[in-house]
Amino acid sequence: MAIYSTNEFKAGLKVMLDNDPCAIIENEFVKPGKGQAFNRVKIRNLKTGRVIERTFKSGESLEGADVVDVEMQYLYNDGSFRHFMVLDTFEQYQTDEKVVGDAGRWLKDQDMCTVTLWNDAPLAVTPANFVELSIVETDPGVRGDTSGGGGKPAKLDTGAVVRVPLFVQQGELIKVDTRTGEYVSRVKE
Amino acid sequence: MQVDWQPDCSIEHLRLRAQTLANIRRFFANRSVIEVETPLLGQSIGTDPQLEFFTTQYFLPPSQQNLFLQTSPEFAMKRLLAAGSGSIYQICKSFRNGEVGRFHNPEFTMLEWYRVGFDLRQLMDEIADLIGKLFAGKLSGDTESLSYQEVFLRFTGLDALDFHYENYCAYSMANNLPEAVSICGYDHATWLDFLFSHKVQPHLGAHNLSMVYGYPACQSSLARVNKYDARVVERVELFINGIELGNGYYELLNADEQSQRFDNEIAIRQQKNLPSVNKDWRLISALESGLPDCSGVAIGIDRLLMLLSNSSSIKEVLSFSVSRA
Repeated sequence: MAIYSTNEFKAGLKVMLDNDPCAIIENEFVKPGKGQAFNRVKIRNLKTGRVIERTFKSGESLEGADVVDVEMQYLYNDGSFRHFMVLDTFEQYQTDEKVVGDAGRWLKDQDMCTVTLWNDAPLAVTPANFVELSIVETDPGVRGDTSGGGGKPAKLDTGAVVRVPLFVQQGELIKVDTRTGEYVSRVKE
Repeated sequence: MQVDWQPDCSIEHLRLRAQTLANIRRFFANRSVIEVETPLLGQSIGTDPQLEFFTTQYFLPPSQQNLFLQTSPEFAMKRLLAAGSGSIYQICKSFRNGEVGRFHNPEFTMLEWYRVGFDLRQLMDEIADLIGKLFAGKLSGDTESLSYQEVFLRFTGLDALDFHYENYCAYSMANNLPEAVSICGYDHATWLDFLFSHKVQPHLGAHNLSMVYGYPACQSSLARVNKYDARVVERVELFINGIELGNGYYELLNADEQSQRFDNEIAIRQQKNLPSVNKDWRLISALESGLPDCSGVAIGIDRLLMLLSNSSSIKEVLSFSVSRA
């Protein structure tokens, strides 16, 4: 794997730090006019998602991490594993809930998502920014109320619960922003 | 193909630069400090192991010689002072290899001035006057002067003049900077650079000019040692909004001591496998012939413009940063 010096650190670069794959978020060159040069780096641990700050002496280097994002279709959940497939190659991957994490509540069979692979093994799953899911359970709203103020909880077919406006009914299909977990709109089927 | 021919900075920032340079020249004209020019391309260069320089070839067939782009105009200006120039200032480009970032460009503009007969305190007063004029009410707070030891103690609880390895390690472990231990090792100066830039500097000069004086002797550079306390040197650094803006000294006059410091730095360069340099004998000779008692300071004009224009990157005040120069 390639070796990267602090001069090459830039947002998005994947490197190994403390034996974990990480992505560089920000790299700042810090140098007192008459002193030692450092690089203060903001870095995300791709296993845990945690963001940490770490300082390097300028010129130090890190080993690159073999991390790639691959578009895959989510196939199904067999009870202990989730299964994904790369559409072009039919290559399949399976992961447990630990890797899927929070993304699990937005994954519907047949939907596309991004699977991050580290040394060809799933490291993380990111759902599409917007997903369309149907409401399996919500209180009947007040008919004619289109204000949207307040809202009510609605359970979706993936198990996620989001707040929806009062006029939205059980059985309807809605669009949700997975980054915020917020209702966006109703979807006409 | 899209060619990035356009300037990095706005036209408005070009005007701000022109206006600022005019204000600086007026300030010194009013005080009868004369403007000088010295070579950017020189036969010698500073020995400071922390400064990487650019080397270039001078061809005059059949001979060929290395010339260096100056990391600061300090040595040449001191030779003018020794020759009897009186107080002088210069606005010029300086070059430092490998320095690029939000606050760095390898080629940058420096204002450097020397006041004959001034001690550090008098120079600090003049710096405050100039900054006051240039910022014209944009800084809400009063200028403050703090000793290095005082400010280091305030933000880290550590004594900067008395290096206790265990205390420094314990502090960095407790403050989420465990990497400091391996980076700094037993080197007091590196510890000071690390902790000062991470834990002290960000707090300095919140909407005001903060001047830190009395640097530890291990960070002496070209400053003279304090008369009463050999642990500190007569050096001052300027900060506004956590940004290092300049560096000044009550200048070292002793040629032997200067020569000795050069030798030390040359030895460090050898240890670290850095490019070797010869000491500047013309500067040593000038000091031997007698540099008048003086203080001098260098201020980064680009950073000054960043502060004046609330820019977050040096690119926003440069016509063309190195990436499109």
